[in-house]
Order: sequence, then C-alpha cells, then structure tokens
Amino acid sequence: MLRDITLGQYYQTDSHLHRLDPRVKIVATLVYIVSLFVVDNFIGYLIAAAFLLAAIILSKVPPKFIFKGMRAIYFLLLITMVFNLFLTPGEPLFSFWKINVTKEGVKIAVMMGVRLVFLITGSSIMTLTTTPNQLTDGLESLMNPLKKLHVPVHEISMMMSIALRFIPILMEETDKIMKAQMARGADFETGSLIQRAKSLIPLLVPLFISAFRRANDLAMAMEARCYRGGEGRTKMKPLIYHVSDYAAYLVAAAYLGVMIAVGIIF
Amino acid sequence: MAIILDHVNYIYNPETAMAKTALKDISLQIPDGQFIGLIGHTGSGKSTLIQHLNGLMKPTSGSVYFNGKDINDPEFNRKDLRAKVGLVFQYPEHQLFEINCFQDVCFGPKNLGLSQKEVELRAYDALKKVGFPDESFYQSPFDLSGGQKRRVAIAGVLAMKPEVLILDEPTAGLDPKGRDEILDLIADLHENMGITVILVSHSMEDVANYVDRIIVMNKGEAMFDGAPKEVFSHYRELEEIGLAAPQVTYVMQELREAGVSVATDATTIDEAADEIMRVLGA
Repeated sequence: MLRDITLGQYYQTDSHLHRLDPRVKIVATLVYIVSLFVVDNFIGYLIAAAFLLAAIILSKVPPKFIFKGMRAIYFLLLITMVFNLFLTPGEPLFSFWKINVTKEGVKIAVMMGVRLVFLITGSSIMTLTTTPNQLTDGLESLMNPLKKLHVPVHEISMMMSIALRFIPILMEETDKIMKAQMARGADFETGSLIQRAKSLIPLLVPLFISAFRRANDLAMAMEARCYRGGEGRTKMKPLIYHVSDYAAYLVAAAYLGVMIAVGIIF
Repeated sequence: MAIILDHVNYIYNPETAMAKTALKDISLQIPDGQFIGLIGHTGSGKSTLIQHLNGLMKPTSGSVYFNGKDINDPEFNRKDLRAKVGLVFQYPEHQLFEINCFQDVCFGPKNLGLSQKEVELRAYDALKKVGFPDESFYQSPFDLSGGQKRRVAIAGVLAMKPEVLILDEPTAGLDPKGRDEILDLIADLHENMGITVILVSHSMEDVANYVDRIIVMNKGEAMFDGAPKEVFSHYRELEEIGLAAPQVTYVMQELREAGVSVATDATTIDEAADEIMRVLGA
C-alpha cells in the first residue's frame, strides 16, 4: 500500500540521463521550472512538452512508472483548476446559480493545470534518474559558494542525504509494524475518523521508538569512526564534468533562450 | 481443520524492472497439531510464505484454504482468521506500544471485540502461559530485557487464542539462555495447548530438537519437506544452499567413515549418544 508512492523515487536503469552529472540535472530542472513561468502561450507550452518528451525518452524510465507517481497530485491539480476556473473575474462565458465561468478563468485553469503537470513530471524525471546520494552531492557542490557566508553547506547536505536514506527504511518499518498489529487484529481501514486516528497509535508509537533507536545507532556508528564533516573531507566519487555534461548545459541554455524569446515575441 | 496451500505463487513488484519471484508454486498441507520447522536462508521466501497463511499477503496466483475455505474470498472474515492463525513477527518486541505489559497483551483480544472481563482474563492467562513474572505486569514494556519483551509480544498473540501459532525467527538476537528458554516455551505451548506451531528459523540446531516435520525453502521453492531424519539425510544438498544439518549428523558421519558402524540418522545429541552407546556396548 505504501509502496505505490513513486514520487521522488529512483528508477534503476542505465541511460544518458542517468549518467549525467547531478549538478547538470539540478540546474536543468530549475531552468525547466523557470521556463514554465516565463511563457504563457500555446507555442511555449508546445516547446516545453517537446523538451519533456525528449527527456522522458532519454531517461528510459517507462512512462507508466512516471505517471503512476502523479496519482498523489491529482487532488491538488483538481483544486487548483477548480478554484481558477470559478474565481477568476473577467468576460463571462456562462453562469449558473451563483457560479460564473469566465473566458479568463478557463484559460488560467488550463494553464495552471498544464504547468503543474509539467513541473511535477519534470522534477520527477530528475529524481527518477538521480540517486539521493548523487542529488545531495550535487546540491552540496552547487551551494559551495554559500560557505563564504558561513552557511553550513556540508552539514545541510549530510542531513538531507541521511533523511532521504531513511525514507525507504522507515517506510519498510511502517509496513512491518502495520502488519504486526494487523496480525493482532488491528484495523487501520474502517471506522470513523476519530477511530481511525486512534488506531494509528499502535503504529506511531513503535515507529517513533524505532526511528529514535536508528538515529541513535547511526550517530554512534558515525562517532565511532570519528566522523566530522566539512573542512578537508574528500569524496569517494568526486563530481567531475564530462563532455556530455557541458553539452547538456548548452542544451538547457539554448532551451531557456528559446523559451524567453517565445515569451517575448508571442 | 487444516491449512492448505494450492500452487501459491507470489511476485514482488510485478511488471516492473524490480519484479522478483518470492514464492514459486508452493503446495503444502498443514494438518492440525503438527510442530513444523520452516527453514531457509535469508531471502528464501519464508517470511513471505507465512504472511500468506493469515491473509496479510495475497498470492499472485494460487489459493490458500483455512478449514476448507478460501481465505482470499472477499466474503471471508480475515479478522477472525488472524485470531485463529496467530503470527509472531521477527523482533516482535518492536511492536509493543502500550504503557504497561498487561495493556499491551490486551490489545489483541480487545480488537476481537470481547468484553473487558474476557479481555483481561485472556491477557492474564497468556502472560502466565509464557512464564512472565506477576510483579512486572504493570511495568512499561520498554524497561524490560530483550527476552522478557519477547515473552510479552508472544503473549500478545497467544491472548487471541490461536489454533495455529506461527513464529518468525523467535530466537533472533537472543543470548543462548534466552534462546533455549523461548524454544522450550514454544515446545511447551505446543504440547500443553495442542496448537499447531510453525517455527521459522535458519538454524537447524534450533529446530531439530523440537519439530515433527521440516520444510526447507530455497529461492522461493519448497525444496524438502519431511521428518527431520529424512531432511537431514540430504545434508550435502543442504550445504550447497548454505544451510547445514545439526552438528551431531556430522559427528555420526565421521564416526562411520572412521569405521564405527553407527547409524547416521540421529538428529539430537541424546539420540546420537544412545546410538554410540549401543554400538560400543555391543
């Protein structure tokens, strides 16, 4: 039941996108998100869709797998579209009871919907093709200039990678405890809202205890190996740019240029 | 009155790149009152198999029957099944959550919708059966030692009065003394309450002394299924899949190779001693 969440998951395969430097992927994803907001016309979205399609094909991740992860945002998508549809003032298209649907409303609702879908798909392609460790390494290296401002960059990225590392572990643990309590007759699925909230206690108490125990063990193991972050620490797999990475930067820059041009011209 | 598995297959993450067959065409019969050892390496499908027995997992294909009824039938009362087929997970102490041990044991019977009186009676009874000391009943389960916690967790399942008790590696992480205590306790429950027990383990040594039947799992298949003596006679094949027969089996083999004409099918130290005495005495 919990395994169905694919948003933010890594998909193991070998593709050009998987082999790219994580920094390139982070920057390209940011570029893509920005580009979605600089255009608001049909041609712009067509180019964005083409770019996204190319990325999906290059990533070799089955589209079914990508869109399975989207199920989590259907509700958000629906709310955004409904609100924009009914609450945008402008030229009325039709109205019934107290609800007015305007031309502008339809336009904005569709635009927001498309933007949201592209945005989530785009960023999930990044997480699907980049392991959490690569992702935090990339972030650390991109945030390096902030060290001059005394931002604890290494510590932040370390915390992030530990947090990400723990998600699947805690998910598995939740699954296990849930099953153990179900074996003792616990019921997580039926009953009133209050009953269901109450039924979570047998799940949450052991889960928290196990999370604290694991955190403690990890801290102990790190201390036993004299871990200290930041200054002078080297990496086992340092990030090095290759030709393909520069090429990818070029593609992203060209794409942004085209999108800005499209945004200005049309 | 039995559990029957009919050509059960189970695949994790079907239709993705991570698809993994965990159970391959398992057909088994588990009659009442048997004491069964389920043995296999880590990842051989033992844990997956036992979760099929109380309906926590649904076979990808094939069926599981409890007392002649298909447990995956939508009409079937699975909550009732989980009371009758009690499952004690690995490291069961990790599921404790109540403020004291007694309350925690009450959780199972309370979920069955019994009266407060009956719930407490069962909890008391279960804690007594596992030999839990009276003075610790109202202690927080988190203050207990590992072995005691495990007793409370086992009592938590026993309080539901199961007809079949399944224990997943009940001795994992315990010291030798705690291990023997828990195993003796389980053998005792089997003998005195007449319930069917399925003991999951990867240690032949643990199992050999107690069970009537051993099922060996390997890569999702039931490789051997029979009385301990019979299964241990395949000790060479067992070694190949990373398991081993009890040490006495090897002692007897070596004795025989050294020219002492002992029978080699002893599975416990006592049997081996008797056999050696018989040969030497003659």
